[in-house]
Amino acid sequence: MKIVGKFLAVLFTLSIVAISAAQGTELTIATVNNSDMIIMQELSSQWEAETGNKLNWLILEENVLRQRVTTDISTGGGQFDIITIGAYETPLWGKLGWLNSLDDFGDDYAYEDLFPSVRNGLSVDGSLYSAPFYAESSFTFYRHDLFEAAGLTMPDQPSYDQILEFAKVLHDPANELYGVCLRGKAGWGENMAYVSTLVNTFGGRWFDEDWNPQLDSPEWNAALSYYVDLLTNYGPPGASSNGHNENRALFASGNCAMWVDATSAAGYIFNPDESTVADKTSFAEAPIASCPRGSGWFWAWALGIPSSSQKVDAAKSFIEWATSQEYVDLVGESKGWVAAPPGTRLSTYAKSDYVEAAPFAGFTESSIVAADPANATCQAVPYTGVQFVAIPEFQAIGTSVGQTVAAMVSGQLTVEEGLASAQEATVNTMKQAGYIR
Amino acid sequence: MQLKRRQKLIMTVLGWSIALLMFFPIFWMFLTSLKTEIEAVATPPSLFFQATFDNFRVVQARADYLSFATNSIIISIGSTLLAMLFAVPAAYVMAFFPDKRTRGTLLWMLSTKMLPPVGVLVPIYLLFRNLGLIDTHIGLIIIYMLMNLPILVWMLFTFFKDIPNDILEASRIDGAGRLGELIYLLIPLALPGIASTSLLSIILAWNEAFWSLNLTTFKAAPLTAFIASFSAPEGLFWAKLSAASSLAIAPILVLGWFSQKQLVRGLTFGAVK
Repeated sequence: MKIVGKFLAVLFTLSIVAISAAQGTELTIATVNNSDMIIMQELSSQWEAETGNKLNWLILEENVLRQRVTTDISTGGGQFDIITIGAYETPLWGKLGWLNSLDDFGDDYAYEDLFPSVRNGLSVDGSLYSAPFYAESSFTFYRHDLFEAAGLTMPDQPSYDQILEFAKVLHDPANELYGVCLRGKAGWGENMAYVSTLVNTFGGRWFDEDWNPQLDSPEWNAALSYYVDLLTNYGPPGASSNGHNENRALFASGNCAMWVDATSAAGYIFNPDESTVADKTSFAEAPIASCPRGSGWFWAWALGIPSSSQKVDAAKSFIEWATSQEYVDLVGESKGWVAAPPGTRLSTYAKSDYVEAAPFAGFTESSIVAADPANATCQAVPYTGVQFVAIPEFQAIGTSVGQTVAAMVSGQLTVEEGLASAQEATVNTMKQAGYIR
Repeated sequence: MQLKRRQKLIMTVLGWSIALLMFFPIFWMFLTSLKTEIEAVATPPSLFFQATFDNFRVVQARADYLSFATNSIIISIGSTLLAMLFAVPAAYVMAFFPDKRTRGTLLWMLSTKMLPPVGVLVPIYLLFRNLGLIDTHIGLIIIYMLMNLPILVWMLFTFFKDIPNDILEASRIDGAGRLGELIYLLIPLALPGIASTSLLSIILAWNEAFWSLNLTTFKAAPLTAFIASFSAPEGLFWAKLSAASSLAIAPILVLGWFSQKQLVRGLTFGAVK
């Protein structure tokens, strides 16, 4: 009887061990609903099969996800093992100790293969706090068929004066063709992403070296006057409601002659299943004005591990897989090379398959190399970031100024009125946050 | 007679027009769900197209609809039952035994609905974290119960007020206790009102998005989280979003369709005397 009891005990223990081994670790991953991430979700079953681990997905729209993840990570909720965060959050959260560092991936990971600007943008004091999944800058999309028909030539690096001239010639609202499409929808990640790069290249800055807001400076006035004039006279109607998505649809439907926006949209525009102008689109660098710096933004979506996660090893294993060169190859081979995650690894741009499938690859590469968050303005500044200022208060400031800028585009405020009110609001926020007295 | 017939015709046409106007967005959403992504964003919108159910297939492949729908059913019905458990006695006391604070209490209850939920997000989140309620059915059931309670008490209060006190007094003379009076007399008399209140509570809980997005991840996530996963800032997924939305509203649409008689009867309960 005793022997039977012992046998049963051993059998029970073994079955428990076997069941736990078979079950692996269950991870919860929060990510944004971008096409690159959806591909990651589809392909992740391979990683699950290889490791025996299981992934539970929370997929949300960018702003909702940001709020959800911020609430959880700031309260130590511990709901997520892997989170998708951007180039704005990573340095801030890394400094606060909310993220685990990711410096100990295996030798195969090839850290040196990551674009230096991308790696620096996601690091704090030399430690990587989120691994880049894809990165983007901004550049100019234009319709070469329309340019040829009008006898115009787009240079590799256009100036904003040239953009204005081209827009004047090509603007044909009677046929629903607009000279230029630009972001006008309010939001720090929407219109202000573009407007910040415009201010940079017009020689302006958000703050001086003592954190005094500079929105009432002549450079801001010149940039915003140009922007409002260009968009209201040669842009689509209702431009203050158009964000990335709306402009992308307009350009893909053949309604825009030019569009300055994210390099990551090139894959979509080049896909004939989704775009009517796939064979009529060419690319140029982001336009510049008086200052050659900061005219193209820098953004990366990356995967990080909250310090509240209890499953760090399994989470690291997934991130290492999803941000590796092997993963880029896997996407290229299974989903087509044009869908490969752009902007993170130098080796991607050395692949002939990718360069052939993605004619925009060279411009994307040079735009990302040129976008330097540590050196984005011609005047000295106390912050890093191209299209944002890497301080926690910027979300609120950018959103508020974005609303004012949208009001300028819709004609509710003049540029002078808008900038005066934006300056006042920004000064108040900076005073409350203790940057200035 | 001629005039009456004409009036009836006008009212019928008006009624149908309003009904069609209200139904149009749902119809358009379903139509969009049968288009390809390019057709979904085409201007002018295409009315004639090759219908495809591919979006529904993609939606199901990316997210387990049934799991989200089950969560929605559990949470909306569970929160309604729990809320009614508190709301019926509360409304009974306020309707038949009012004191000088009743009016103030009712107004205070309603005023809690005016506080933006985001204002209490962090305290609630911390509370839920400490109690282990994040991403659980019971957590959402409690929060939805609290969210809907003021409206339910108000609605039941107005339904109960329409029941003559004399009937209750007669039952007391016949020896009914408070509980017996409530269970055997008041509830059966106010049943249409209770049914429509419950239905409204289910609909409010079904459609709620703020708390469901903030307090769930995947285990207890209801259909609002399912729809949110198809709304994208980069890339246009209108057709897929429409397919997801059509799937999400289908159960509540069917429930509303079958219970419309009760709903109308309940909402007009006591309106004509």
